[in-house]
Amino acid sequence: MQIYLPIAEMPVSVLLILGMGAAVGFISGLFGIGGGFLMTPLLIFLGIPPAVAVATQSAQIVASSTTSVLGAIRRDALDHKLGAILVAGGFVGSALGVWFFAAARRAGLLDLVIVVSYVTLFTVVGSLMLKESIREFWTKRRGGSVRLRRQAGEHAAYLGWPLRMRFYRSKLYVSVLPILGLSLFIGFAGALLGIGGGFIIVPALLYIFRVPTNVVVGTSQFQIVCTTLVALILHAVQNQAVDMVLAILLIIGGVFGAQFGARMGRHLRAELFRFLLAILLLAVGLRFALELVLQPQEPFSITVQEVRQ
Amino acid sequence: MVPESALHFWVRCSSILLVVLASITSASAETLITSLSNHRVLINSNYTGTSIAVFGAIERDAQTVARATGYDVVVTVRGPRQFLVVREKERLGPIWINQEQQKFPQAPAYLSVLTSRSIEEITSVQLRQRQKIGLRAIINSTDFTNERGAGADKQFREALYRLKAQQGLYLEDERGVTFLTADIFRASIPLPATAPPGDYSVEVTLFADTVILASTITHFELVKTDFEEQIGSVARDWSLFYGLATALIAILFGWLASVIFRRD
Repeated sequence: MQIYLPIAEMPVSVLLILGMGAAVGFISGLFGIGGGFLMTPLLIFLGIPPAVAVATQSAQIVASSTTSVLGAIRRDALDHKLGAILVAGGFVGSALGVWFFAAARRAGLLDLVIVVSYVTLFTVVGSLMLKESIREFWTKRRGGSVRLRRQAGEHAAYLGWPLRMRFYRSKLYVSVLPILGLSLFIGFAGALLGIGGGFIIVPALLYIFRVPTNVVVGTSQFQIVCTTLVALILHAVQNQAVDMVLAILLIIGGVFGAQFGARMGRHLRAELFRFLLAILLLAVGLRFALELVLQPQEPFSITVQEVRQ
Repeated sequence: MVPESALHFWVRCSSILLVVLASITSASAETLITSLSNHRVLINSNYTGTSIAVFGAIERDAQTVARATGYDVVVTVRGPRQFLVVREKERLGPIWINQEQQKFPQAPAYLSVLTSRSIEEITSVQLRQRQKIGLRAIINSTDFTNERGAGADKQFREALYRLKAQQGLYLEDERGVTFLTADIFRASIPLPATAPPGDYSVEVTLFADTVILASTITHFELVKTDFEEQIGSVARDWSLFYGLATALIAILFGWLASVIFRRD
């Protein structure tokens, strides 16, 4: 069954889009990430114009993350205070990211900046997580306790900086500065690379701040809803690239996928969860790295700058 | 907007002029009459591409004798213009990255050339280049893109053709025009689903013995119908409202899912 997309101006298979929405929604619900970095390349591969793909998949992220956030609120797995600080810092970071985006484009370095940061982010975050989770497996096999490392007085020094705040839900008493720094960075990277940044927040909260796994997912989804909502509306106003028909199809597939993903995520053991997320990130990073290093079969590409009526 | 519509007007005028000229110059010999099966193709929600038939008849006045070589017809279809940039990935240290680029400010989004036999047999290279007959002549014409030294633009023209041909948007078919009798012909213009909405021009040129006898230009329009058009115009003219509406739909679906799947 085919349906014509009014903004992308091309027909797509309904079942294929529903399936893609479900698959990405599943991963998104499982790991508490937006999944934009998976959906955008898939849509572009189908022949949907990149601007439309980036703009439209944000609607799906809003939908699936709303479901996750509501679920997290019900399970009391959302740290409002932490979420609010992440969002506030994220907006400032986004503004900086947009400015840097324009500057890099003027300098003609935008493509290089984007691809290199993609590869670096994914491989660095992925391998750090992989290393960590392998160590966890190892400690566990030797009979050690995984939670051993979180003991009083064993926190890194920067967590004890001034402006300390108490986050009851996350069982944290840390300086607000590193958290703001993190959210600033995520907003920056998000605006520059067109990603929600969930895959950075999740490991950062897990490893740097040692927030409990179930709170991490709810809180990161809260941050994602807020930033992606703003991104969606900006895309609609500035680029007029949001395809409502495509968005609804992706959402329908996505909400179902996200439900099953979230349900499965709750039954997943914490180490396995981190291990799987690490593998996913490494795989994506590797894919971009290969694209960068291997000689392309078709070195040429076309982009439409404007349509002349 | 003003120069574009002026240009459009000029194109229309010149096409009318061409038709008139064609009928004047061929008054003593052949007249070409062409018709399209459809002047307005509607895109609805299950649109998956279409094809448009071109019918043509060649009329000869009483003084003209039948030509020994027979007629040849070239149908050139040009879709709406786009500003395209073709980029080339090149090696920079260990990585491959887009470096050189070439701009095509007036490239048609869709371009097809249908002929009654191979274009090389129909007419000479000089005439093809001068009159832009055939896909290669159009793509290699001097006003298609700016030229570079040592023919460096050549590979970008070729790449544009290759990539567009892969999408079915640029094509040349030397069996595209069929003669039903000696002076009645038909052709079928294949429009893939990815051909964008807009104004399409169909130029039919009549040849005999490598010389142009007559030509006509007609147009057809590819338009979105009610729902598709409305979505498009709301997204364009009411973009903030459209963005908010999409966001609201997304939140609503998200909430709905959390209610449906609620177990506790």
